[in-house]
Amino acid sequence: MGNSSAFWLGLAVAVAVLAALPVLFGLYAAEVGSVFLAYALLGMSLAFIWGYCGILSFGQVAFFGVAGYAFGIVAINAATLTGLTLAVLAALGVSTAFAAALGYFMFYGGVRDVYVTILTLVVALVLYTFMGQTAGGEWAIGDARLGGFNGMSGVPDLAIGVGSTGVEIGPLGHYYVTLGALVATYLGLRALVNSRFGYAMVATREDEDRTAMFGYDTTFVKLVVFTIGGAIAGLGGVLFTTQNNYVDPSVFGITAAALPVVWASVGGRTSLLGTVGAALAIQFVDYRLALSGSEWALVLIGSLLVFVVLVMPEGVAPRLHEYVLEYREDADPSPVPRDSSAATEEVSD
Amino acid sequence: MATSDPTVKTAPAVDETGPDSSRILQTRGLRKAFGGLTATDDVDFALEAGELRCLIGPNGAGKSTFLDLLTGRLEPTAGKIYYDGADITGLPSHERVDRGISMKFQVPSVYEGLTVAGNLRIPLQRVVEPDAFDARTREILERFDLLAERETVAGELSHGQQQRLEIGMAMAMEPNLLLLDEPVAGLSVEETADIADLLREIADDDGVAVIVIEHDIDFVETIADRVTVLDGGSIFREGSIEEIRTDPEVKRIYLGEDR
Repeated sequence: MGNSSAFWLGLAVAVAVLAALPVLFGLYAAEVGSVFLAYALLGMSLAFIWGYCGILSFGQVAFFGVAGYAFGIVAINAATLTGLTLAVLAALGVSTAFAAALGYFMFYGGVRDVYVTILTLVVALVLYTFMGQTAGGEWAIGDARLGGFNGMSGVPDLAIGVGSTGVEIGPLGHYYVTLGALVATYLGLRALVNSRFGYAMVATREDEDRTAMFGYDTTFVKLVVFTIGGAIAGLGGVLFTTQNNYVDPSVFGITAAALPVVWASVGGRTSLLGTVGAALAIQFVDYRLALSGSEWALVLIGSLLVFVVLVMPEGVAPRLHEYVLEYREDADPSPVPRDSSAATEEVSD
Repeated sequence: MATSDPTVKTAPAVDETGPDSSRILQTRGLRKAFGGLTATDDVDFALEAGELRCLIGPNGAGKSTFLDLLTGRLEPTAGKIYYDGADITGLPSHERVDRGISMKFQVPSVYEGLTVAGNLRIPLQRVVEPDAFDARTREILERFDLLAERETVAGELSHGQQQRLEIGMAMAMEPNLLLLDEPVAGLSVEETADIADLLREIADDDGVAVIVIEHDIDFVETIADRVTVLDGGSIFREGSIEEIRTDPEVKRIYLGEDR
């Protein structure tokens, strides 16, 4: 991953620009921006498991949505500072445990490659179908009605605290919490990818059988990576739901399920920041088109995906990274030793 | 010494009550069936520490299946595998590697997207501390004549360099038993001679037991302490290279009458 002073300066500028958006464009921009940043977390969760460990999950939205519903159920039933804090923990716990259970049965059951993709998509679509039929009054947990396709409304805002000590987080605060979560997640994943475990991930992606012959428990590596990805997607789901105060089955739908794959494909699945950038840019364009009443958003996104896959299959960010390296080599032909991280060898972050 | 009696197998007699602790590797009644096809059939095999054994046999003799059973890539239908006196039959691959078994696959399977140094880091980080990576990497690259390619992406190496890198990666695990599936396939005469020297050095100097699957009988003659001939999934003959080369039945099934 990038480690030059130019890289860190660029990252700092990008974060500063994002931090300045609510100041420049007002509260509504913060509310919309929160949703985009939550999507970026979802995209980053897929780039992490797909780009670095070769697990193409078409169902990251399952963990995103399950966390959203779990938060709503707990929060509606315990709308106190303590209750809302517990709701966050419960939602993260449920999405993490769900990913761990699904990953366990998949990977230890010998499911590999494209079958993982199919299975995860099926899980998301099953959840979509199941939650869609929960409109009846009997589908309630305490005061929280699941609501079928009408969704679960009245989900409280995010709040952190115990007893009467704590803070309720309004729209502006929510934006900065989400931005902070995104940056912290990126830095955490960056450290993980550059660690010994990161090498095991990349080796597992490249050749699982070969890697097992170096003593790595590749099934366990995949399970850990998939579980972490589920936890990050769940974090995005909590932040998405608390921003909208609402969640419905469309979070599990085929369109929602495809979006993280589009973001990672366009931005570059081996680039966490590329995926974040693609998620923010694509969702912004989608939002602007929706505001103008255009129905072309999905066509545009689909066309963009086809274009990128054909022209730069590795994604935009890795291609830009290649251009930068070529430019540097042209400027200074002396060979530059690569550093020792697995990620350095192939990504542009 | 030649023998024409097909009933004479020189496979070591095995104790039915437990593994022979003097052997680093033993298999007993090892069998692998794929539906109606028996690829490995009742194989009793034994290997001494530091011995370099070549497995030969016609295509479909069950050589690669036998190696896959040893590494845990395949589960046997029946039989036992003992390594260093312990039953490892049910262990997954990664646990067998932890006990000192290392393997090079038939097709070079280096990590093509990583540099040569990056490739070596995968096995090295399992066995040495991070502060020793550089020194150990250099040591291995020098030994396998790849120092100049340290920062080259492995996918850009020649076939011979990839073969050497993969053996280097297997040796980076500091194994006691090294399994090599056709390590000189596709190599030039010079490259084959280099690999032969390396393998003899690994067995003689490092004391590593080596099993090599190979079709090139001249290469086998150069390196092998003993040779095992597999046919139809079973051990057909075992003995020195002289015994195997002059055995008329081996010549008939594998070497060709004119050899």
